Amino acid sequence: MWSRESLEAMGERWTERVQRVRDAVRPFRRRILMFLAVVGPGLIVSNVDNDAGGIYTYAQAGAKYGNAVLWSLIPMTIALYVSLEMCSRMGAFTGKGLSDLVREEFGFRVTFFLMAAILLVNLGNVMAEFTGVFWASENMGVSRFISVPIAAIAVWILVVQGTAKWVERIFLSFCLVYFSYVISAFLAKPDWLISLLHLFPPHLMQYVPTMKQFVQVPKFDAEYAVILAALVGTTIAPWQHFYLQAAVVEKRVGPRQYPTTRNDVIVGSVSCMLIVFFIIVCTAATLYAQGIHNIPDAGTAAIALRPLAGKLASLLFSIGLLNASLFAASILPLSTSYVVCEALGFESGIDRKFGEAKIFYTLYTSLIFLGAFLVLALGKFANTILLWSQVFNGFLLPPVLIFVLILVNRRDLMGEQVNTKGFNWIAWISTIAMIVLTLVVAYTSIHDLFTHPAS
Amino acid sequence: MTTIAATELMGSKAYDAQGHYVGKVREFFIEPAEQPNRVGHFLLSRGSFQPLVARHDQIAAIETGKIELNVLERALGTYEPNEGWLAVTKDLLDQQIIDTSGRKVVRVNDVELAEQRTNGNVELRITQVDVGLPGAVRRLLQGIAPQRMIRGLQNRLPAKTIRWEFVNLVEPDPLRRLKLRITHEKLEDLHPADLADIMEDLSPAERQGIISSLDEETAAAVLAELDSRLTTQIVEKLDPEKAADILEEMAPDAAADLLGELSKETSEELLEEMPGQEAEEVRELLEFDPATAGGMMNTDFVFVGDKSLRGEVVDWMKEQDLNLDQLDTIVLLDGAAQFSGTVSVARLLLGGTDQIVGELKMEPLLSVQPNADDKDVFELFDKYNLRMLTVVDEDGRPLGVITVDDVVSKLVK
Repeated sequence: MWSRESLEAMGERWTERVQRVRDAVRPFRRRILMFLAVVGPGLIVSNVDNDAGGIYTYAQAGAKYGNAVLWSLIPMTIALYVSLEMCSRMGAFTGKGLSDLVREEFGFRVTFFLMAAILLVNLGNVMAEFTGVFWASENMGVSRFISVPIAAIAVWILVVQGTAKWVERIFLSFCLVYFSYVISAFLAKPDWLISLLHLFPPHLMQYVPTMKQFVQVPKFDAEYAVILAALVGTTIAPWQHFYLQAAVVEKRVGPRQYPTTRNDVIVGSVSCMLIVFFIIVCTAATLYAQGIHNIPDAGTAAIALRPLAGKLASLLFSIGLLNASLFAASILPLSTSYVVCEALGFESGIDRKFGEAKIFYTLYTSLIFLGAFLVLALGKFANTILLWSQVFNGFLLPPVLIFVLILVNRRDLMGEQVNTKGFNWIAWISTIAMIVLTLVVAYTSIHDLFTHPAS
Repeated sequence: MTTIAATELMGSKAYDAQGHYVGKVREFFIEPAEQPNRVGHFLLSRGSFQPLVARHDQIAAIETGKIELNVLERALGTYEPNEGWLAVTKDLLDQQIIDTSGRKVVRVNDVELAEQRTNGNVELRITQVDVGLPGAVRRLLQGIAPQRMIRGLQNRLPAKTIRWEFVNLVEPDPLRRLKLRITHEKLEDLHPADLADIMEDLSPAERQGIISSLDEETAAAVLAELDSRLTTQIVEKLDPEKAADILEEMAPDAAADLLGELSKETSEELLEEMPGQEAEEVRELLEFDPATAGGMMNTDFVFVGDKSLRGEVVDWMKEQDLNLDQLDTIVLLDGAAQFSGTVSVARLLLGGTDQIVGELKMEPLLSVQPNADDKDVFELFDKYNLRMLTVVDEDGRPLGVITVDDVVSKLVK
């Protein structure tokens, strides 16, 4: 029955069929690749945002205030989109990175100090990522003295040996881990209508006649402001703007491909905030509902995932935290050294050999290993590291946004693509709001540090 | 002859012939139409007064911190912006330039000037631009740390400078480029692959400026080396006539690849602009899918009858205008104009004058059909160590050839 001839004939028919499908798919294959090539930076930049510091802050916000912080997500999405869109637009229409533009328009000295600040702040961010690794591993019963060095070496090798695109794709697929929060939120059976209602500011909703009984109005005090500021600081980070604009230039996005990139930025900002929404709803329905209003360690944070994973919640949380930390840890040091080298005129890029781009590789390597070393040395103060890295981010954000706003409104650089009036209003209002919040958080964290030093 | 950095002189106080303070130096201008390297004008500003301009022949002495004029203040002109003047701070410092000797794009940290005494006055001439650490340190510390400390520090750092004659400025605005006498002649001497690397480091507007000022032959060679996404962006923005002239200089397969990436209308418009025969060849190639043998092949190839004598062939080749750097295999045709084999130039070189070329042909006889998958083509090249493979139609007539460089560039993508 299965003669050799019939098998061969069958094989041939299959080859033919496969060939036909391949022929049919060929024109699309290129289109899909094009889509992947252009989509990407916006999605990556927003998702790296949900890093160790991010997850911690969102979980903490949900545990402390339940649904009452949800209203901040809509203005934050707008602010995130507006600030990232300006950078992607500048990248597409000038073909230059943000640090290049700052150097060309504001001179060497300004650039130098900005870069020094970025280097310092991002070292803090890298430390926060390794703190995430440290928490995740200790939660799984692995000593940080094993996990952190391994993570540092793995990240270093992955980026130096792998090509950039390949690395990006891997991490992008890792982002699916965030969906465990979405599923867990559904399984926790929160009152969805109430949660959605809290997307509008409860401070206003309480005056709407029939709504008063449903909304939970938090007291607007210093503590609440700190949580809001931490949410903003962790969501809209300075390095994102440099990374996004550099990536847009690197991917050769021009005016014609720009609409696709803008969509990518929209998709990235909205999807990032959707995840944040689910994290907060999930923690509100679990931690907050159970009366746990503070998250001292990874074990407590993991309670939020119990509806999905039961006893495995702790493990699932650790995996999620580990991925988030590694994703950010592999992008941050790389983008930081790239941006700094470009601005100061040193050779950069992982396609160059060590001898051709010594300063670039030195910066990259020391960011990773110094970050990892400091986390190991300061292990006891993990919470303080997480907090201060977000505070520093917040300090740096207003100047960066002001540079962006000045540059994007320069007609000699952007031509017809300068901001519209409405856009400028939104951008300046969000910038000023962020400055105010930053000052509040700076004040309170410094105040805290002196009143109850390093808890 | 002493050299002074532009940053060190910036902010120096200027005094007129009677020793009256006139203003601080805020900018140096070079007038390339007059003298390519001489600082022709000094911008002096004093508070809210209108800034003044001192000409090069009005300068009596220069030292860091102090400039003496040989005229009175009222002899100086007032400043008016001039497109034909190259401003050292605004147009050079922190901007990207092309280093034609090092073949790369670099950012200027500082500009070094040399004093030159002429009858009764002192002129400054640009000698080199600083792209290394000493310039960076000076830019950072000038005015903050004492002069001697900065000098001491920068002497210990490795210098990285480019002589002014190797500096090629990039100016996207064509009118300004003309006024500043910026040409890209020196770029035309670079290897197209190096020039392509340089272009990739520049912004789109600057790339456009360079391509449109290169001669068509160089432009074609550079476009063939560039990333396909950049090529399409550049060609779309070029004037169609210029674009068609450049495409004409390209090999038909490279031109077809480029046109295949453009929109239907643009590519049709460019084909209309091209002369009939070239356009026809490219049109035929455009029919093929880029991922097949047909999409990789070049229709520009050398063929001779397999019954010809070796001597005849060599004589014939001498008369033709062939690209000798690229030619290494020749296609043989039989009496029915069908593919009968290939012969390498080395075999032709060593063959006897009266030998029939058909006897020299290489074994085994290999060819592919235009719809063959590119992977199969790669395998053939790998297996038989080919440098060239002939593409034939169903009747065995050669349509074009795939050369090893087509395969390499396809694989690298």
